[in-house]
Amino acid sequence: MSAASGIWARRWQRLRGHRAGMASLVLLALLLLFVLADVPLEAITGIDPNEADLFARFDPPSWAHPLGMDEAGRDVLLRLMVGGQISLLVGLLATLLGGMIGIAVGVAAGFWGGRLDALLMRVTDGMIALPLLPLLIVLGAVDLTKIGFSSEFAHSGAAGFWRIVVIIALVDWTAIARLVRASTMQIRERDYIRAARAAGAGSWDIIATHILPNIATPIIVALTLTVGRVILFESVLSFLGFGVVPPTPSWGNMLNNAQELVTTAPLLAVYPGALIFLVVMAVNFLGDGLQHAFDPRSEQPE
Amino acid sequence: MNRFILRRLLQSALVLLVMSFVIYGLIGLMPGDPLDVMVASVPGVTPEQIARLRAIYGLDQPLMLRYFHWLMAALQGDLGYSRSHSVPVLAVLAPALWTTCKLMLISFVAAVALSFVLGITAALKPGGWLDGAIGLVAFAGISVPVFWLALMMILVFAVELHWLPASGGFTVGDGGFVDQFRHLVMPVTTLALATTGGFTRFVRASMIETLRADHIRTARAKGNPPSRVVLVHALRNAMIPVLTVMALSFGSLFSGALLTETMFAQPGMGKLIYDAILSNDFNLALSGLLFATLITLLANLAADLAYAWLDPRIKL
Repeated sequence: MSAASGIWARRWQRLRGHRAGMASLVLLALLLLFVLADVPLEAITGIDPNEADLFARFDPPSWAHPLGMDEAGRDVLLRLMVGGQISLLVGLLATLLGGMIGIAVGVAAGFWGGRLDALLMRVTDGMIALPLLPLLIVLGAVDLTKIGFSSEFAHSGAAGFWRIVVIIALVDWTAIARLVRASTMQIRERDYIRAARAAGAGSWDIIATHILPNIATPIIVALTLTVGRVILFESVLSFLGFGVVPPTPSWGNMLNNAQELVTTAPLLAVYPGALIFLVVMAVNFLGDGLQHAFDPRSEQPE
Repeated sequence: MNRFILRRLLQSALVLLVMSFVIYGLIGLMPGDPLDVMVASVPGVTPEQIARLRAIYGLDQPLMLRYFHWLMAALQGDLGYSRSHSVPVLAVLAPALWTTCKLMLISFVAAVALSFVLGITAALKPGGWLDGAIGLVAFAGISVPVFWLALMMILVFAVELHWLPASGGFTVGDGGFVDQFRHLVMPVTTLALATTGGFTRFVRASMIETLRADHIRTARAKGNPPSRVVLVHALRNAMIPVLTVMALSFGSLFSGALLTETMFAQPGMGKLIYDAILSNDFNLALSGLLFATLITLLANLAADLAYAWLDPRIKL
């Protein structure tokens, strides 16, 4: 490898040497193709994944419906694809939003320090101490009309989607905040930052041009792991009925009725959960691979 | 030492106080209000009468004032009345608390034991095939949705094989030790498996780091048998950070218990809170959530104390 190759090229090289990381990257790409395949499939077959047909309940697999029909007579394969889009989108959006909260809190605490740091870290520690799931359930049960949203919006599918993105982001930012704070404090007193300060750069300039780029790699790894956790949270909340609400499918709420149906249609309980399991596992392995790729010490001697 | 304990106790009390206010406010935002059941059972009730009832129950007062009244009552041990169970909240909470603690403690001990075996085995030869296999199992434990794991266990062991009961805490008419044990097997296994994944990774990482330390090389050089080096010299030092992380994970253990109880219909705190929220039982949901927070805070406190006790370098 030439010394001139960029830092990202070297990291890519190292990631390619990490077998589990590469395998999960391929798996994730395949799963992404799978969930997006519903668009051409719907166009070709003309089947609507939300259309119920009570005469086709629990129909076994056929050529038209390769995975059969669910308890309302809807195509299981198409619903798995659409539900996957929703679950993955919630995972990404909530991670981004929570990541932004965490980065803001962490940089503020680590960069300015002092009382602000003490206050923010007390809040963060308090959050970490909480059992998150009961809290999420309460947040999921909040009646949106009571906090000023119109009844029309509160009962729409969009409200269910954005609500779950926001509430997961509101509770799952603490790990990022602590990580960012620690990394910020490590580099706060470095010479290049003092030099920037001496040259007249303001705090915001320093944060944007010196701090954030230099703490980017641990943040990327932590965000990757967060995606997995968020997808699990989404599935749990939707499963319990406090997340994405039917008729919009998500991998979580497709398991809603699966519990009662486990004796009659066990496969309906197997598919969505197995997909969640696969995605989260792949995301976690990818996080591991990225950590390896970003760590200069893991360079193989040539 | 005493000052440290005192300060941590005060901190925990403060977190609990803040949480009680936040949860009190949030519970008020749930659909419905405490009067709707009362009103629904009396046809032809007028708006004036509803307004008067609101005044009698103090529901027309500002949030802060209502919270203050609730807090004062709660501090004197009066957590109010559960409207779905029609008994005081504490009468429902106490047995549920016992069920949950039982489930959590047994699963915790099982997870700790299993993760030590797996983690130490993996750490002996990092990069070996056994390490890879254990790593895969650990990742699976972290990645599996707990409720789905429970569902799959029900599918296999209750529906297909008929080995174990799918739900409940005991069989009506039996309820002996063996019967209760059979009802606990699947919940405990589910929760323990889901918890073992993360624990195993901590044990492995901590053991690998400790095995590289100088005192381990010295211990080996002195001719100690390898098993003694690993299980005595290394394990004692590796345990310190591991136990802390394990105790700090009580919050997620509780979340797992909530799901496990709901899935296997165990009469514990998790199911109680879940049902209370579904049936708008405000007092019960509020107290249940606060007790959940309290358990977690106490576990964290215990973790801090254990850390100080295990590591003589830390002087409090």
